[in-house]
Parts: sequence; C-alpha cells; structure tokens
Amino acid sequence: MARAAVVPSTRLAVEYWLLTYRRNWKGSILTSFLSPVLFLAAMGLGLGSLVDAEVGSGRDLGGLDYLDFLAPGLLASNAMMLAVNESTYPVLGGFKWYRTYMAMAASPLRGRDILLGHFAYMAFRVTLASFVFLGVMAAFGSVSSPLAVLAPFCAALCGMAFATPTAAFVATRINADNFSTYTRFVIMPMFLFSGIFYPVSQLPIVLEQLAWLTPVWHGVRLCRALSTGSGVNWELAGHLAYLVALILAGTLVASRTFTKRLYE
Amino acid sequence: MSLIAAWGLTKRFGDFTAVDGINFEVERGEVFGFLGPNGAGKSSTMRMIGCVSDPTGGALRILGMDPSREGTKIRSSLGVVPQQDNLDEELSVAENLYVYGRYFDLPRAVLRPRISELLEFVQLSERADDHVEPLSGGMKRRITIARALISEPEVLLLDEPTTGLDPQARHVVWERLWTLKRQGVTQVLTTHYMDEAEQLCDRLVVMDRGKIVAEGSPRQLIERYSTREVVEVRTHGQVTVMAEALRRLGESPKAQAREELYERVEELPDRVLLYTDQGERLVALLGEVEHESVLVRRSTLEDVFLHLTGRSLVD
Repeated sequence: MARAAVVPSTRLAVEYWLLTYRRNWKGSILTSFLSPVLFLAAMGLGLGSLVDAEVGSGRDLGGLDYLDFLAPGLLASNAMMLAVNESTYPVLGGFKWYRTYMAMAASPLRGRDILLGHFAYMAFRVTLASFVFLGVMAAFGSVSSPLAVLAPFCAALCGMAFATPTAAFVATRINADNFSTYTRFVIMPMFLFSGIFYPVSQLPIVLEQLAWLTPVWHGVRLCRALSTGSGVNWELAGHLAYLVALILAGTLVASRTFTKRLYE
Repeated sequence: MSLIAAWGLTKRFGDFTAVDGINFEVERGEVFGFLGPNGAGKSSTMRMIGCVSDPTGGALRILGMDPSREGTKIRSSLGVVPQQDNLDEELSVAENLYVYGRYFDLPRAVLRPRISELLEFVQLSERADDHVEPLSGGMKRRITIARALISEPEVLLLDEPTTGLDPQARHVVWERLWTLKRQGVTQVLTTHYMDEAEQLCDRLVVMDRGKIVAEGSPRQLIERYSTREVVEVRTHGQVTVMAEALRRLGESPKAQAREELYERVEELPDRVLLYTDQGERLVALLGEVEHESVLVRRSTLEDVFLHLTGRSLVD
C-alpha cells in the first residue's frame, strides 16, 4: 500500500501543452513570421512613406520614422491578439470540448497546477512569437537599441495581462457565444486607440485618458522605448508594475473561476 | 479495513440534493457497483470518490484518507475512466498514455514498457502511433481504460464504462474488466445497465433519487426482491384490461387450490409482468385470459429495480 506520493507540480501540466505544441510548432512559427512581415510591409513601408513625407519625422512621433514608431506598437498588440486567442477557445475547450483540464483534475495535479501550467504555456507561446516578431523588425531595420532584446518579454507581459483575466472570464462561460463580441468590441478598439498607429496625444483628452488605462498602451510604451532606445526612464517601471498587477489580479480571479468550474 | 467507506455521504447543489446521505464500503479486490437510472446520483458519488468534488455532508474515507485534505495523495492511487472520454484526439494513442503518466511524475523509462504492455492488454498495440480522433468509440474507451491503469492504481473508477458502445464493443470492454478483476484490481463502477451490473459486480448498491434503496450481490438482490421467474404477457388490447383479468385469475378458486400462483403483478406500457416461482404452471392457466404472446424468463436486476422503485432503469 505504501507508495511514494506524487509531488504534483505545474511543470507536469506544462509538459502536456508542450507535447501538443510539438505537433504544430512549424505552422505556428510560420504564422508568427508572416504576420509581422505583412503588417510592417503594408503599414510601415507603404503608409509610412506617406506619413514620413507629410510629417517628416516630426516631433509628433518623437523624432521617429513611422516604421520605427509603428513596429514596436504592433509587437505589443500582436502579443495581445495571440494571448487572447490562446485564452479563449483553448480554455473553454479544456473544460468543455477536449476536457483536458478534467483529465488533469482526475490525476494528482491540483487546480493551481492546471491553471498555472496553461498560463506558463501561453506565456511561452507569446514570448516565442514576440521574438520572431523582433527578428522581422530587425530585418526591416527598425531596431535601433540593444535593449530591444528585452522588448519581447515586455510584449509577453502585455499579452498575459490580457490572457489571465480573459481566461478567468472564459472559465465562467457555458459556450463561446460572447467571444467574437469580446474580440470585436473590447480587443479591437484597444488595437485602434492605444497608441500603436499614432500617439494617443492626438486623441481628445477623454479618449487619451481612457487609453492610459488599457494594458496594451503600457505594453506599447515599453516596447517602443526598448526598441528605439529613446525614452528609457523611470516611467517604464510604472508600465511594468501596471502589467504585473493586472497579471496577478487576473490569475487570482482565474484561480477562483477555474476551481469553481473544475470541482463544482 | 475497507478501501473506501462512506457514512451519510451527501452532495447538494444549491437546493438540489444529488446524493442524500448514503453509506457504503468497498473492500480490496472486489468489483463494486452503483446501479441506478440517470440522475440517481451515481456520477456525483463517483466524483466525490475521485476527489474532484467535495462532499457537502457526511464522511468519506478513501485508502484511509480524507479526500478534502489529502485529495492529491488519494488521486495518486486512483485510475479514473470518466463517463465522457477526454483523450487528446490530436495526440497519438501512445502519447495520450505517456502524457497522462507524466501527470503522475512517472519517468520515461518506466512509462515506455508500461505503455506497450497496456496497449497489448487492451488489444491496441498496432494503433500505438495512430491519432486518436478517427478511432471507434469502443477503441477510445479501451484507450481510456489503459490510460487509467498507467499509474498502477489501487482502485479503478469507471463511470458508465460502456454507455454509448455497440454490443460487440461492450463485450470486449467487459472481457477486459473481467481480466482485471481476476488480477485482483479493485473496481468501482456506475452503470444503468442491469446486465452490466450482473456481469461485473461482486456487490452493488441500487440507487434512486440520491438514496441507496438496496445493497447486496446481484444474486442476493434478486432472491430478496424478486421471484425465481417472470412471466411476461403481451397483448394487442389494453394492458390495464388484461392486467385486471390476470389478477382475477390469481384469485380464482382453481388457482387458489394450487397455492399461490404468483407474488406480484407489474403493469408496463406494453406488457404485464407476473412474478412467480412456478412459471410453467402459470403459463398453462393463461389460456383463460386473452393475450398475444407469453414469455417465461429468469428474474434480473431490472426486476429488482422495478420492484423497489416502481420504475424502469432505462427510460
């Protein structure tokens, strides 16, 4: 009867996700590569040449070329989009369609292992995709500081600031009915109004202040400072703190909603 | 000491009481069943035994431990076959077993030979590298059983192990579970199939509306709650009319002379059941009552359930 008790750990849950990732990593890397290539070519080079001709690397863009201004913003928003994808359907699927979480819950793994294991995998995915993004940015010549190697980690923090509360919410859902509404009316406006395509100072003051509240604005500010090397100052610590606080809050709420769903 | 013991075990969801103060004990090496219709509280009980649902009341001990405090430790010794398959359909058969073994922190060196042994046991060795998705329901169920055995559990929990399978696939699963039983693996299963309970269980409890209404071996239950034989009489006409005629037959002087002809009459929508210990003699007297066809069979757990609850197991 005496047997060595299994010491459950988050690491064991992560292994599952990595095994599934091994099945489709090629396609996933290719997508992570193509998406920035298309965006930077169309917006950065295409639209950018027009903007640079009109505005002329003016003070509005902090003395940056449009491409250099835009690329780090897209790095952060790309992380947001990927993190939202990873924390909606796969999370509901874990409870409902594939029942991955339920299979784990029957094993020695604890609720927190199941939750943190999936979060760790999401962070890994987003970090990896962000490094690919940074590589493409470098190829377009829009990386001008060695600090840029830190930018993918900040992008990942930005992504997880979305993934953790999103997963917390998804764990309370019976079906995927609200997901497209969420993407269209919560995520999309943030993509458009959070200082990715233009400085938020161009917006009316109310919208500008709203933009400050969005996690993606903080992510964009971090990535832009690190990739260009300009504006690296104490302000960045505030952005980091804001994102980390959101991640902690999201994880806390998610651990409640996950526990309720898994062990009801 | 019992492997699993419950006293007054209760599970409530809001105002609804799914499990209403049940007592049971499971001994090492036996196959113990929960028989009852859908909604009887079997799965809720199973989830509490599986340590994924805390009891609302009463006490539960599994391997001498308290599930609300030592769930992880208990789950290390359990193998679970859930009602709904939750295999990863995009992974291969062997990968499914591998990744599940990793949840128990078993090293690759241990898992490799064990996976091939288990796939051989469930007769799926040739499928080891196939994706799970296109496989049949019966195969998936066998993979889930193999997966549950990966940690060499002390108790195997099976929630409706053959629900949704075709008859042939069911027999393959039963045969595997039989083999495990001969090897001494303790099994706890739920089912709403009386033939499954009769085939597999050493001992079982009959559940209805969250309560245990009877307990014993299949043979004991039939002896206690039913007669040796059942005469099933069908009619083209109205069942109630025929049932009335059959009751009068039992009360007729001719029948009285031969002692008690039958113990009970049960009316079903399409037939009447007569519970008796002398089926052939009863059939001989049926000529006096208009009927379509008649059949004499031995009593089953279905009859036990009907007697105890007045309802059928499978609607």
